[in-house]
Amino acid sequence: MSDNGGTRGLKPKHQRLVLVSLALVALIGASLLAVWGLRSQANYFYLPDQLVASPPPAGQAIRLGGMVAEGSIQTMGDGITIAFIVTDQKEARVPVMFSGILPDLFVENSGVVAEGALDAKGVFQAENLLAKHDENYVPKELQEMSEHQAAKMAEETTLGLD
Amino acid sequence: MHGFANPTRFLKLANWLTPALIAGGLVLTAISLVWGLFYVPPDRLMGETVRILFIHVPSAWLGMGGWTAIAISSLVFLVWKHPLAALAARASAVPGMVFTALCLITGSIWGRPTWGTWWVWDGRLTSMLVLLFLYAGYIALAQASARDGGSSKIPAIFGLIGAINIPIINRSVVWWNSLHQPPSLTVGKSAIDPAFLVPLLIAVIGFSLLFGGVVLARMRALLAEFQAEARLRRKAMEAV
Repeated sequence: MSDNGGTRGLKPKHQRLVLVSLALVALIGASLLAVWGLRSQANYFYLPDQLVASPPPAGQAIRLGGMVAEGSIQTMGDGITIAFIVTDQKEARVPVMFSGILPDLFVENSGVVAEGALDAKGVFQAENLLAKHDENYVPKELQEMSEHQAAKMAEETTLGLD
Repeated sequence: MHGFANPTRFLKLANWLTPALIAGGLVLTAISLVWGLFYVPPDRLMGETVRILFIHVPSAWLGMGGWTAIAISSLVFLVWKHPLAALAARASAVPGMVFTALCLITGSIWGRPTWGTWWVWDGRLTSMLVLLFLYAGYIALAQASARDGGSSKIPAIFGLIGAINIPIINRSVVWWNSLHQPPSLTVGKSAIDPAFLVPLLIAVIGFSLLFGGVVLARMRALLAEFQAEARLRRKAMEAV
């Protein structure tokens, strides 16, 4: 045991294991602190309730992400400007105006990320829209089939009522 | 474990395992890609572009898996000084980088029609790009230290430090609001319909077998290089 120089009689490989483990623990601790510090800065967008709770100054370029509220998409008189409402599960609602080409996945009840700024009236003026896909993958046929089945079921249950 | 640290025993195993892994990987990858490209139904929202899933997801998995292999091998090398572990780490770097690049490229192509953009600087995309740069740094470092006859310690330490990025990539969509969707597959739960999930799992297994085969082949090549150099050195000594 005198050849390894360890005062507690540790084998060299165990000494290395302890050293590497200590270094890793320190490293993980440091990066967790860094990630914690980045927590609010590294968000790609504001959620509607964050925007409502602490609105950034009007005109500051930000991104807003959430769901397009059901039935909220309206086309303005000029035919290219649309207005809609971005919402979340917490009932916060932010009105958005946008004129330009819409991404294919931009539909009601679907995720959206808008780039732009709040105006003086609290309306979010978007310069660019990105569609956000959720984590669900569902075949087209399956969705159509379930709608078809639902229609069939409704037909069957209402049969004879009229 | 210690038995496989012996290069002769390793070669005996690798000689038949390498072609077996590559053949198995090619068959499974071919099955999953034909299935995914021609027989899977289009997605409810994304339509036909969902087929990129079958290359994008296995590539992402192996891009991160490659660095995990580097980190584990580096740990084994630093603590137990197995020379084969250093070799395994070096051999995993290039295939890992190729899959990371494939993940970024397919993701970008997929993002254009689905999100409406080729690239955004959100947490997931940025941390994956950092992984690509880490691979480039690791490969340069490992090559430099091998060429100058230096120890494999420095690339091993770099491999361990870089592993911090792996959980960050994995958690980025949970910690931060990101354009990239949250994980579809979590322990015991899948948001992917079986029509997509089954060929996806076959693709992941197929890509992984190919990855393992390539790493073993590269380890054999590196070993052969060392042996050839050692033989030349011995001959040079005898000549003097």
